[in-house]
Amino acid sequence: MHPAFSVIFLTTLIGAGQGLFLAMVTGQLYAIARFLPVQADQFYAVGSLVALVLLLAGLASSFFHLGRPERAWRAAAKWRTSWLSREVIVLPIVMALVFGYGVAHWMGWTQPLFQVGESLQVDATLLLGLLGTLASFALFLCTAMIYAGVKFLQEWHTPLTVTNFTFLGAASGFMLAAAYSAYIGNPLVSFFGTWAVILTLVGLASRLAHLSRNAHLKHKSTVQTAIGVRHTAVVQKAQGATGGSFNTREFFHGQSQSTFARVRLVFLVLVFPVPILLIGAAYVTESPTLPILAFVTQYLGLMAERWSFFAEARHPQNLYYQSVA
Amino acid sequence: MTQLALVIDLNVCVGCHACVTSCKEWNTSGWAGPMVDQHPYDGSPTGTFFNRVQTFEVGVYPKTETVHFPKSCLHCEEPPCVPVCPTGASYKRPDNGVVLVDYDKCIGCKYCSWACPYGARELDEQQQVMKKCTLCIDRITDPKLSDRDRKPACVLACPTSARLFGDVHDPDAEVSIAIRERGGYQLMPEWGTKPANHYLPRRKTVMHIDQDELTRVDNPLRKEDLTTYTGEETLDDVAW
Repeated sequence: MHPAFSVIFLTTLIGAGQGLFLAMVTGQLYAIARFLPVQADQFYAVGSLVALVLLLAGLASSFFHLGRPERAWRAAAKWRTSWLSREVIVLPIVMALVFGYGVAHWMGWTQPLFQVGESLQVDATLLLGLLGTLASFALFLCTAMIYAGVKFLQEWHTPLTVTNFTFLGAASGFMLAAAYSAYIGNPLVSFFGTWAVILTLVGLASRLAHLSRNAHLKHKSTVQTAIGVRHTAVVQKAQGATGGSFNTREFFHGQSQSTFARVRLVFLVLVFPVPILLIGAAYVTESPTLPILAFVTQYLGLMAERWSFFAEARHPQNLYYQSVA
Repeated sequence: MTQLALVIDLNVCVGCHACVTSCKEWNTSGWAGPMVDQHPYDGSPTGTFFNRVQTFEVGVYPKTETVHFPKSCLHCEEPPCVPVCPTGASYKRPDNGVVLVDYDKCIGCKYCSWACPYGARELDEQQQVMKKCTLCIDRITDPKLSDRDRKPACVLACPTSARLFGDVHDPDAEVSIAIRERGGYQLMPEWGTKPANHYLPRRKTVMHIDQDELTRVDNPLRKEDLTTYTGEETLDDVAW
């Protein structure tokens, strides 16, 4: 498949945004459970604002993927059957909840609304945070299922696509939370950094499992089933167009095999070992800049990861477009 | 339920591209048009086509055969492109089974093209909406046309009658008889998309006769035959 930058930015930006929001809520839950010191409301509010900016940037980027962006509102219509439609509905819900969570913290709406059990005081921020967490996971599912749901793209048609999107998005968000904490000198940097490392390692396991699955993938369609001629030697001589077509532009990444292999190596280095080492070094040296560098490195790596994810998928229609003549 | 479709006879297609040009001419100037042509007179012309004729070589040189393979939307009975459309612009007409795109609702997200294993859908670079074969829906539903003309443009253009058009759900229709009696098959049956369009295979009119069909080796009368032959007709010549 041809990797479109609009979609690479969309999936990586909203992944980091959702992850950062999850990090903020996790921090608040730990503080409620008294595992961590309680933070000023401003900390969560600014974190949510950054998450919201990332979600908005992702949404803006997605418009560049559309041929007719002015009709984008129509995309909410077929949520019963289309994961793309579901994503279009869930993304604004996540944005609204992230916005609400940030505003509730900023305005200090922390008066307990009711009490659960002995000591759990439930306020507006906790409710919005939990709802936003649910919505964020739903959004990870919707985004990943757009790809995992297409059975013809066998490289994507696996639950590992969902786990990759979820864990890698969450990892980059927690990495950003660590960078944000380091930037403002908040001691939570080691808490978020630890979670970022754990999520990165889980993401690594998921992504390696995906790569090894795809290395052994057997494609269902062959040129024989494509044209229905049962002969072992079938070669395409002409594809019905001299200068290519939509089919040759949309479904091929157009890079050499060595470039493809290099991008995969780049993302395997930038997403996983480098940020983990940088976070480890930041823990030892208490550096305020290394976590920021860790996030930036991982984000760049994730863009390469998404490029590789798209380029890796081989569409069965390519069997009809093997040779220009 | 009616399911209109094409049946394409690979045995007689000569790869002349008359169906391609006729399709483009009719559809670019009609309801589904315009169909963009970019750089038509430059080195790498490209554009939107509903129908393309591809060429495959089967076998190893010099024992090869050339197969010309016309390819357009197959109007699947289980069209995978329809449920993925977020806007409902892609739909299958309930009255005749033709899969269509509503150009006024399409947002050009290309998701349906990912969900089509046949590569039958093409994004129009000018209008930025997804386009595909309509089976000339404006012709085949036009009651003002005569029965002879109420067919897709490609079918009317084909000089070798390699393209048949009709209702594949009607067992007495020409297309159904052709599928039944001439080995009609579907493309990529492994995906369960149930394409309505069928293809008729290449055939050779060669009769294969084994030697034992000409000479009976186990004639039981031989056991009872006591004649000593001296060049005259034997039992094998007169009795099977």
